[in-house]
Amino acid sequence: MNRLIKFVVLDMIKNRTILGYTLLLAIFSWSVFGLEDNATKGVLTLLNIMLLIVPLVSIIFSTIYIYNSSEFIDLMVSQPVKRSKIWTSLFIGLSISQILAFVVGVGIPLLLFAPINIALSMISVGCIVSIIFIAIAFLACAITHDKSKGIGVSIMLWLYFALLFDGLVLFLLFQFADYPIEHIMIGITMLSPIDMARILILLQLNVSALLGHTGAIFTDFFGTIIGTFISTFVLCLWAIIPFYLSLRMFNKKDL
Amino acid sequence: MIAIQNISKKFGKLTVLDGSSAQFNKGECIALIGPNGCGKTTLIKSILGMVVPNTGNILFNDVSIKNEFLYRNNIGYMPQIGRYPENMNIGQVIDMIKNIRNYNSQLDEELLDLYKIKDLLNKKMRTLSGGTTQKISATIAFLFNPDVLILDEPTAGLDPLAAEILKEKIIKEKQKGKLIIITSHLLSELDELVTQVVFMQDGKIKFHKNTEELKNDTQMPTIAKAITHILKATAHE
Repeated sequence: MNRLIKFVVLDMIKNRTILGYTLLLAIFSWSVFGLEDNATKGVLTLLNIMLLIVPLVSIIFSTIYIYNSSEFIDLMVSQPVKRSKIWTSLFIGLSISQILAFVVGVGIPLLLFAPINIALSMISVGCIVSIIFIAIAFLACAITHDKSKGIGVSIMLWLYFALLFDGLVLFLLFQFADYPIEHIMIGITMLSPIDMARILILLQLNVSALLGHTGAIFTDFFGTIIGTFISTFVLCLWAIIPFYLSLRMFNKKDL
Repeated sequence: MIAIQNISKKFGKLTVLDGSSAQFNKGECIALIGPNGCGKTTLIKSILGMVVPNTGNILFNDVSIKNEFLYRNNIGYMPQIGRYPENMNIGQVIDMIKNIRNYNSQLDEELLDLYKIKDLLNKKMRTLSGGTTQKISATIAFLFNPDVLILDEPTAGLDPLAAEILKEKIIKEKQKGKLIIITSHLLSELDELVTQVVFMQDGKIKFHKNTEELKNDTQMPTIAKAITHILKATAHE
């Protein structure tokens, strides 16, 4: 297993895309903190950029990488290697390299400019979000056989989580404004890892004005400490469940 | 050594394997023959666990291969079209497989030497011709001295000289008492090699005979002619 992970990580480091991604993140974060003199404001701007770019790059890059590894997967499957080991190694390898890119690109400026506790929670949320979208990419790849279809599914999923989901929530809110749907909204918020990540950070920052409708309900219902705990838990589920499903599919897939 | 028990496989609506059963033993050299799309490669891939059959069982040394992987230590597989990570060079691919196999005994580097692959170690996989890729596949299949060799169209794409080297290597391994399974359309090549013929059609194993029996039944002097005879007969049906 370790050999396979090492192979994937080394292969990723050689890859120029991941370097470009690190650089892009670094440019964004340094310029955000360069322009804002208020650290909290800087963190908020960075949070919004992060929650848009990190999922996009994680999901698209991973999808393409998995399809391009099809030869590697074919080769390994005919060797005495367990299937789940191949899939898990790819997942861990991709996660390690994406996390590295994130920590180098965003983590360093955060640690320099933001208060330490906020910097640390931003970094961990960024890492979890990366892993979640890698897991979703794995699921998309396990479902589709065709490369272009797989990438299409990934882009749609990103669009859904990053943009459409908010629209749907707003739509529901307006349609059912006359009814007490607050508690249902809490459940619905958990369906979006990006919203969960945003709430988790805003809870740390104590800027309730920016929480938005769902965030406000969420905090009101759970309070800060339990809220933090629950949103972390939901985020972990978001990483584990899609990957577990993809692993089960891959074990039965014909190559 | 390998027992195939009534396996079926469907890809969507298409039935590729339809209740095939067979028994392959040590020291045999088996030719898997049949028209295009009759399920030869799917059968091979099922033995390797690359394709998971819908029903039926495959036993390797009396143990079901379902969810197993260690049995593949005893198999050398040469695919019909070898696909390798494109940005790696030959040396890295061979090292990676050595690494994963974790094989401690003496490696069988005969083909590595005969095909002069050591001169090509720095070449990227994506720059290789089809024939060279086949040579790499062959080398890897024989490298770990496996008890079973599964060769899917081994000589397709190889130049006559390389094909001859491979053929001699196969004969040598057969004499060591290994089980060898070959699929090929170049029937004339099989004459010197095989001891048994498995004929497949529409996902079914039509017959499994040893070569003498086959020649007697069809009254033909060579396997090639016997098979052509059968193919013609089935085409007229």
